[in-house]
Amino acid sequence: MSAFRFSHTPLDGAQLRAELLDVQCGGFTAFEGWVRDHNEGQQVLHLEYEAFEALGIREGEKIVAEACERYGVTRALCVHRLGDLDLKEIAVWVGVASPHRDEAFKACRYIIDEVKHRVPIWKKEHYVSGDSGWVNCERCATHAHDHDHDHDLGAHHTHG
Amino acid sequence: MTAPLHGLVLAGGHSKRMGRDKAGLEFEGRTQLERAFGLLDNLVPRSFVSVRPDQQNDPLRASYPQIVDLGDIEGPIAGIRAAQLAHPEAAWLVLACDLPLLDIATLQRLIAQRDPTRIATAYRSSHGGLPEPLCAIYEPAAAQLLAAWIASGQNCPRKFLINSDTMLLDQARPTSLDNVNTPAELAAVASASSATAAAPRELRVQYFALLREQAGRRDEAVMTRAATPRELFAELTARHRFTLGTEHLKVAVNTEFSDWSRPLAAGDSVVFIPPVAGG
Repeated sequence: MSAFRFSHTPLDGAQLRAELLDVQCGGFTAFEGWVRDHNEGQQVLHLEYEAFEALGIREGEKIVAEACERYGVTRALCVHRLGDLDLKEIAVWVGVASPHRDEAFKACRYIIDEVKHRVPIWKKEHYVSGDSGWVNCERCATHAHDHDHDHDLGAHHTHG
Repeated sequence: MTAPLHGLVLAGGHSKRMGRDKAGLEFEGRTQLERAFGLLDNLVPRSFVSVRPDQQNDPLRASYPQIVDLGDIEGPIAGIRAAQLAHPEAAWLVLACDLPLLDIATLQRLIAQRDPTRIATAYRSSHGGLPEPLCAIYEPAAAQLLAAWIASGQNCPRKFLINSDTMLLDQARPTSLDNVNTPAELAAVASASSATAAAPRELRVQYFALLREQAGRRDEAVMTRAATPRELFAELTARHRFTLGTEHLKVAVNTEFSDWSRPLAAGDSVVFIPPVAGG
């Protein structure tokens, strides 16, 4: 099973955790990203995630491989949800199993941070006000020279 | 178990026939080194540039992850040997930096057809059918054999592949591995390439998120003369009134992150990537 994948159906943390069970591992750490009811002063009703899946899987697998190599962890898995999500649903799940806890924490953190910056996934928020918007896109469009937020994913891919 | 594949761009040559550093020659707006490294970096998890000891701080090469030659062997075989010593667990996709016609499909096919149970996987030359050693995959098992080969006084990587258990593939395009050794050859390649770029051809564009909504479609076939993704995006912005500029976007061609100045070819599939927001 691939170390990074997308799911169009709700994620079950217990089931995903079971995929990583390993007698050689003494530590397991997981991160779950949840759908919350507010963002940047707006009341959020529900979310929509969309991805360029072919490239997303490649980039996601690359990130998990980097984490395994960098921290020497035994097993790692990341699953990102797509489609319409309600409040409290799991948007992204990262799990890492390793002989010792320290590497597991670090690798888990690395994977979620890199996934947020590098994998082509987009989030549309639907608000109580009836409005909606693509996160990180609408502000760019209206303030074309406002570089105050972290969508500079290019930094990870360009050389010189 | 298949060994992890790393990339190595050979950029330590003396470029005697070119009269100047081949790695730094510009072709379609990028240096040959930048182009070769970009191709590898899109395909394998880790890539390096092979340099001579005196080239480590050279401005063209300093920003890349490097593997430094031992300085005691002549020719490209020195770079391959240094990479094997630095990462003995890895297989190496070795690439010369003077192949201006090499495309990503040629490398993708080499990787897809790789036989890790052999010593190496390489293309047959279009000029005589011998193995092309500088666009080839060397398995970890090649390391000891290459060391013995060098110890016996040999330094030709092509002869090494001829005398090893090498998996040989035919090139899909016979010119894809033609190298350039003189400024005149590079000029000929450049003019042939700009002549083909002038004709309109069909590209496929896929849209996501905000761009999908603004274009009012998920994908479209576009007949265009646009030479690069940058020119294509300008053309499509005029058509669809996109509100995001290229400074906020990334671009992928054929499911690989790409440069904005990469040349586009008929049938390429292009995706413009708005600011991402996973998690």
